[in-house]
Amino acid sequence: MKRYLIMEDGSIYEGEGFGADVQTTGEVVFTTGMTGYQEAITDQSYANQILVFTNPLIGNYGVTLDDFESLQPQIKGVICRQVARIPSNWRMQDTLPGFLEKMNIPGLQGIDTRELVRKLRHFGTLRGRIADSITDADSVVKELKRQNPTKGIISQVSTKTLYPNPGTKRNIVVVDFGAKHSILRELAKRDCNTIVVPYSTTAQEILNLHPDGVLLSNGPGNPEEMTAAAEMVAEIEKHLPVFGICMGHQIFALANGASTYKMKFGHRGFNHPVRDIASGQIVFTSQNHGYAVDPASVDKEKLMITHVEINDGTVEGLRHRQYPAFSVQFHPDAAPGPHDADGLFDDFISMVDQRKEARTNA
Amino acid sequence: MPKRTDIHKILVIGSGPIIIGQAAEFDYSGTQACMALREEGYETVLVNSNPATIMTDTEIADHVYIEPLTVESVSRIIRQEYPDAILPTLGGQIGLNLAVALGKTGILDELNIQMLGTKLASIDEAEDREKFKELMQRLNEPVPASKTVATVAEALEFAHEIGYPVIVRPAFTMGGTGGGMCHNDDELKAIAANGLDLSPATQCLIEKSIAGYKEIEFEVMRDAADNAMVVCCMENFDPVGIHTGDSIVFAPCQTLSDREYQMLRDCALKLIRALKIEGGCNVQLALDPNSYQYNVIEVNPRVSRSSALASKATGYPIAKMAAKIAVGLTLDEIKNPVTGTTFAEFEPALDYVVCKIPRWPFDKFTHADRRLGSQMKATGEVMAIGRNCEEAVQKAVRSLEIDQKDLFSKEAQSASDTELEDKLVHVQDDRIFYLAEALRRGYSLEDLHELTKITVYFLDILKHIVELEDQIKASPKDAAVLKLAKQYGFSDPTIADLWQTDVDSVRQLRLQNGIVPVYKMVDTCAAEFESQTPYFYSTYDHENESIKSTRPSVLVIGSGPIRIGQGVEFDYATVHSVKAIQRLGYEAIVMNSNPETVSTDFSVSDKLYFEPLTLEDVLNVIDLEQPMGVIVQFGGQTAINLAAGLAEHGVKILGTTVKDLDAAEDREVFDQVIKNLQLKQPIGLTATTGVGVLKAAKEIGYPVLVRPSYVLGGKAMEIVYNEKELHEYLSQNAPAAEDHPILVDAYLEGRECEVDAICDGKEVLLPGIMEHIERAGVHSGDSMAVYPPQSFDDDIKQQIVAATKKLCVALKCVGIMNIQFIIHNHEAYVLEVNPRASRTVPFLSKITGIEMAQVATRVILGESLASQGYQDGLYPESKTIHVKAPVFSFNKLDDVDSYLGPEMKSTGEVMGSDYTFEKALYKAFEGAKMHLPDYGNVLLTIEDRDKETILPLAKRFAKIGYRILATDGTADFLKQNGLHVTTVGKLHEEDSKRANILDVLKNNDVDLVINTMEHDYEKASDGFVIRQTAIEHNIPLLTALDTVNALLKALESRSFATQAL
Repeated sequence: MKRYLIMEDGSIYEGEGFGADVQTTGEVVFTTGMTGYQEAITDQSYANQILVFTNPLIGNYGVTLDDFESLQPQIKGVICRQVARIPSNWRMQDTLPGFLEKMNIPGLQGIDTRELVRKLRHFGTLRGRIADSITDADSVVKELKRQNPTKGIISQVSTKTLYPNPGTKRNIVVVDFGAKHSILRELAKRDCNTIVVPYSTTAQEILNLHPDGVLLSNGPGNPEEMTAAAEMVAEIEKHLPVFGICMGHQIFALANGASTYKMKFGHRGFNHPVRDIASGQIVFTSQNHGYAVDPASVDKEKLMITHVEINDGTVEGLRHRQYPAFSVQFHPDAAPGPHDADGLFDDFISMVDQRKEARTNA
Repeated sequence: MPKRTDIHKILVIGSGPIIIGQAAEFDYSGTQACMALREEGYETVLVNSNPATIMTDTEIADHVYIEPLTVESVSRIIRQEYPDAILPTLGGQIGLNLAVALGKTGILDELNIQMLGTKLASIDEAEDREKFKELMQRLNEPVPASKTVATVAEALEFAHEIGYPVIVRPAFTMGGTGGGMCHNDDELKAIAANGLDLSPATQCLIEKSIAGYKEIEFEVMRDAADNAMVVCCMENFDPVGIHTGDSIVFAPCQTLSDREYQMLRDCALKLIRALKIEGGCNVQLALDPNSYQYNVIEVNPRVSRSSALASKATGYPIAKMAAKIAVGLTLDEIKNPVTGTTFAEFEPALDYVVCKIPRWPFDKFTHADRRLGSQMKATGEVMAIGRNCEEAVQKAVRSLEIDQKDLFSKEAQSASDTELEDKLVHVQDDRIFYLAEALRRGYSLEDLHELTKITVYFLDILKHIVELEDQIKASPKDAAVLKLAKQYGFSDPTIADLWQTDVDSVRQLRLQNGIVPVYKMVDTCAAEFESQTPYFYSTYDHENESIKSTRPSVLVIGSGPIRIGQGVEFDYATVHSVKAIQRLGYEAIVMNSNPETVSTDFSVSDKLYFEPLTLEDVLNVIDLEQPMGVIVQFGGQTAINLAAGLAEHGVKILGTTVKDLDAAEDREVFDQVIKNLQLKQPIGLTATTGVGVLKAAKEIGYPVLVRPSYVLGGKAMEIVYNEKELHEYLSQNAPAAEDHPILVDAYLEGRECEVDAICDGKEVLLPGIMEHIERAGVHSGDSMAVYPPQSFDDDIKQQIVAATKKLCVALKCVGIMNIQFIIHNHEAYVLEVNPRASRTVPFLSKITGIEMAQVATRVILGESLASQGYQDGLYPESKTIHVKAPVFSFNKLDDVDSYLGPEMKSTGEVMGSDYTFEKALYKAFEGAKMHLPDYGNVLLTIEDRDKETILPLAKRFAKIGYRILATDGTADFLKQNGLHVTTVGKLHEEDSKRANILDVLKNNDVDLVINTMEHDYEKASDGFVIRQTAIEHNIPLLTALDTVNALLKALESRSFATQAL
């Protein structure tokens, strides 16, 4: 079945459809990760985006319940050069096309994805529509130019109610801006009794839960829409250890007076080398962000830049100078991607434990 | 960390001659390393015994030594050069072992020479099986149950403990030499005994077999600041059980989920950190296809064949980075040379699929055991790039330069189901063709998985190809199907076969419908960053990224995979041709399919197309690039064979025209030229039927030399002494036919020699004459040779020069040409002419200082010899004497007769140079690992017709202190002539009073075996068994008495006279 990608610049790519037969609109972005398509597709940070895989062959090992990063992914489409005919892996429970169909996500294969990626690299992120016909392409283009597909997106992907990820020992609140399951897995591995709260939860509501620490999750869209959350963080960091990841990092920066900007085409993939400035050590990180913290806006009195991407100098990590609070732009929870930075969760836990100990002894 | 300033002069050790398991990849890595060190401002000293390499060019290092890679010889160099440091991790296992040996002699400590890169202790920890196992236990990384043993009894005991199958891995050998899989006591006894013998440490690891697991390789890098990264992850098509060098390999890995991938990546990085590798390292892992369980197979603490492949597969230059790391730089301060903007600390992302297929020598060694296992048997490999696996596999298959150009094989098609299944289970080099055939016969993916353990994902790639075959067949001349076929890598000739039409009409239909390939860039980053790499592959996709430059360009065709008869020499010539083209101001474009070589380093040429070397693929590049012309004289027979087809399609072949190339290769035309020039040539006849061949032989008189026409490296060429042998030859070889005639020549006894001549159409430059040490009958590629000639007087040299000039001019040679002569009764007879660069080009270039491929390229591009400053005729001879010695890989291959004959068998060569012939000979023997003690035991097993010849040689052995061992016949003859001889029993003789031949060989009671017996096809013949046993026990073996004479010369020069008054 023929299917098309219509882009806001008027270009049209013709390919073959797979997955769900639906029309969708989203920001077209690409990832360079060579494995982990399932984790990427279920990552809520891709909500309202159409994801292009640079790896030409996707679906090779099928899909398994183990590897979900969210249960109702809000991604708007999957584009690749070719989907595997016969995937094979011992854990496989479904094929990629089968899974996408069930999730109501359209797929498009058979287009020159490298050409598309080169275009995105050149022009920056563009909006696009996955459609079965191009008869009204002109009006689609006009519409695409007007739309902002990721506006208000966090309200759609964040949990509506509190829910627990039960454990023992440490009480952690995760503020859900589109949280990946891998964050919860990392906390669970470290004996945390986690409560996930909606993005709009106030500082007081969080404090009422008496947590030992707060983790600000990843999520899609423009961080500057999250003014209330930034206010919440500005208050909560005074009381509790805070760890921000991706969107959480950007909100932490905003809470402390910094600003963010939209990147040309973002960082998506997991070969981004990041330097930990203090130790000089470089780790490969899993990344998925279209916005970044403006280094010029960082108030050196309040925040310290702890990590940078070695090639383009993007701010990859911040630490508060007074409070036990820090954040990273990348995903130490990986999934997909390298585990090089998972020690950051341990750092957070020891921050939590130190505070707890201090209070017990006090 | 900035680079080190406390060291200035660095010694780099090369990898020596090309052998199975250690091939051109080390020329590539060594060259890169030397250039990287010079780039950083260090003075470099290079030692390598292999003259046929770019690495040993004087422009690669400041001081180049072509000397034997022995402790003795390298110590001499060290004492002359006083380097501050030594870099041993880029010269393969040979370089590494030599560095370890040097360290043990104490010379490095004595002269305060530091070891750069990975430390010796780390190397030891990775290479010593027992230490490695301990390390893995400490790191809590799983390894298959194993035990290091020093005796066969221990091996058996352990095997009984863990159960069969087990794998034997000898310690400190490369390419798994001497190892193998054992299913029972008998196999284990044989393989363990052999392995212990071959291991320098007399150790073998007996390991529980994990055959059937997925085999995954990681190429990892680490610097001294502990930054570590993965350059490439590769997945073997063939599960664990077949040496990775003999496996079909894909990159990136295809069937691992992110969890599995990251788990294994963590392991690889943990290992490189624990071993404190500074540079590149290869980690081989085995993953259970049904769980998260994995095993560490091995770690190579150095650059390797796999790292060369990974470099070409990703664009990331591992060896270059490893060299920079070795001098203290860190990954985050070295720029990524591909993008020019990002840093070397970057894990490449691929947006294509790479397929590597090994190139095996079984087309030459038709009697060899083709089974694959833990001992590597391939001489080279090809790589192909596509946007899907089907495309990559099909491109790789047609790059192999074998009879099959696609997944159809006649043998597989004619096999019965039982034979077919046997071929699937007992893996040979040709399994992929049998897999395709099985799928055509309706075997299911599950059936095949059950038989082969190959993952269903990979099997389905072949199934898809087979299904497409049906689809193509069903829709002749259908443009939509044609496009689909091209996207999945079908070649025009395969489609033409399926459509039962000719290739050109497929091509026409393609062009009419605009179905042409686009070229995409290999850029390490999947297009995320802008890159400048001029490195491209074709695919049938939408956007073309290769933009034709405005400068006039020249296309150079490379030589494809390394194989017997066409080795690294041709890559050397290709690279030099490129340099000359660039120096003349043109853009040099290279096409090649071999990932191991320097020519496929994208920084060598202005543009690199990594493509199969078939007419279709070359024409496609030409359609895009519109070069001024194509140079075919340097890519061996591969390139020459393309010339006619290219010319037919209107492509300009630069230099000697196609018509004149044909004149040299077409027997009848050539004979006419010889007649017209009144030159001498052995009587030769051509026959197109078996009866005709027999008749021709009778007419000429035995012995005769028989061979098929149009071959390289003397494939299926034999000296036949009588009619019985000729019958046998005819039954073994493809029957003569109209288009495949068989040539029958008189076999003349005499000295052979060869010249490489450069001709601009008028004048002819002969850089030198190389005299062969073995008389005619041993293939020129297998002969030792000496420059300048030692037994030719001026008259003979004049005859050679005159004949060469006449031939070059008459054959309208513009460029380079190789001519072989035989000197019979003081007259030069022309044996053959190759209208292209030959394997002696690098050797002669290095000796004479004339960059022959460059001079020839300039001639091809219109510069006369005179304008380049060269005079007509023989270039003045040098004062030093240079000897070339061939190197063989017989110990890697079972059932290959090591008797030297007209069919080429060597895989590489070394050079020995000195001021006397004897010293040069000695060095050549040393370089070829034919080390002989000053006195010892020599076993003579001689054919009757050689008895008169052996007598003086035997006397000379006796004179220098060698004890002579022989069987009754030879012994009696020698005793009658006054020699003291120890008789040994015949092959299977059981006599308690004396040892038989096999006993003395197996007990290593012999230092040299001379054997000229029964070079027939009979595997069970005594001569064959003796040779095989000598090879298995690493005992130097000579089968040509001229070589024996040369060896004696070398030994005598080192010996003192012992003469009673």
